[in-house]
Amino acid sequence: MKKLLAGAIGMLAVFGLASVAMAAEAKVATEVLVELAQLFTATVTAAGFGIAIAAVGTGLAQGMAVKGAVEGTARNPEASGKITVTMLIGLAMIESLCIYALVIALILLYAYPMAEPVAKFLGML
Amino acid sequence: MEHPLLLLNLVLEKLGLGAFAHHYPHVVYTWLLMIVILIGAKLAVGSVKMIPSGAQNLLEAVIGGFEDFMVDVMGEHGRPYYPLIATIFFFILFMNWFGLLPGMLSPTSNINTPLAIALVVFFMTHYVGIKEHGIHYIKHFTGPFWWLAPIMLPIEVIGHCARVLSLTLRLFGNIMGEDLVLAILFVLAGMFFAPLPMMVLAIFTSFVQAFIFALLAMLYIAGALEEAH
Repeated sequence: MKKLLAGAIGMLAVFGLASVAMAAEAKVATEVLVELAQLFTATVTAAGFGIAIAAVGTGLAQGMAVKGAVEGTARNPEASGKITVTMLIGLAMIESLCIYALVIALILLYAYPMAEPVAKFLGML
Repeated sequence: MEHPLLLLNLVLEKLGLGAFAHHYPHVVYTWLLMIVILIGAKLAVGSVKMIPSGAQNLLEAVIGGFEDFMVDVMGEHGRPYYPLIATIFFFILFMNWFGLLPGMLSPTSNINTPLAIALVVFFMTHYVGIKEHGIHYIKHFTGPFWWLAPIMLPIEVIGHCARVLSLTLRLFGNIMGEDLVLAILFVLAGMFFAPLPMMVLAIFTSFVQAFIFALLAMLYIAGALEEAH
């Protein structure tokens, strides 16, 4: 995965030189490289936006949970112990939805399933 | 990511098990946790006195308190399942907390450990349901009306499988995410003790995640014990 990262960035950097050095035969190869670079960019962008949007939903939902708990405690301070425990359980449930999105983002970044075939195709593995 | 410095791996390399420890560190640290918990419990209640003091007092308070909470949630007929729930809770709690020590690794930061515990809960739920209700356990899956059964059955089965997935991913995601954040903060600003506030938060979230796992296990077993609607 790290090799693919370094390799893709390196390929982008010498992209211009490669297209000048090798002539017509390299056209197909560079087109493939462009597509791979776009795939890599899309993957990283998706990972970033995925977790960001998940965090928005989690923030709103946990805010509503805490709001309900604080209102309940304000009405009935004696029940604050039970309300706090219930609130913490609810927060952990909501948090787990964001964790699912985080796991997907981490898979995309670090355990990208197509990393090995792509690296083999580029002849780097 | 780079491999962290693991103390137990250094010890095991001297014993010649270095390759195994390098590939499966979570297994090795699970063994270490098992030894720690067993020896700790044995030391605390080595000689059980009628009037408790010291570690026995603490353990009685903690375990008794947790049992009361469990009976609150599950009802009195759930009391026989306390050893499983307590083991799940304390095992996950110590696994999570141990990862915060320098040179140690949480076994729960690898997906296999939470998956194993979630599968135990899954099979226990169905075993309890079948033991309690016999063949009528299938009524739990068919919904309130008999003509809804063809729709409800696949949905309930998928829901039960999703329970395993959600239990696993919740625990794994939390602990691995916290490990990742600590590692990244250490790389970015380790000289200014940047991971320290995150470690304080990690102590709290480790406890919460162990508690939530045990609570959900309680609720699933209680759901299997109760009568179908």
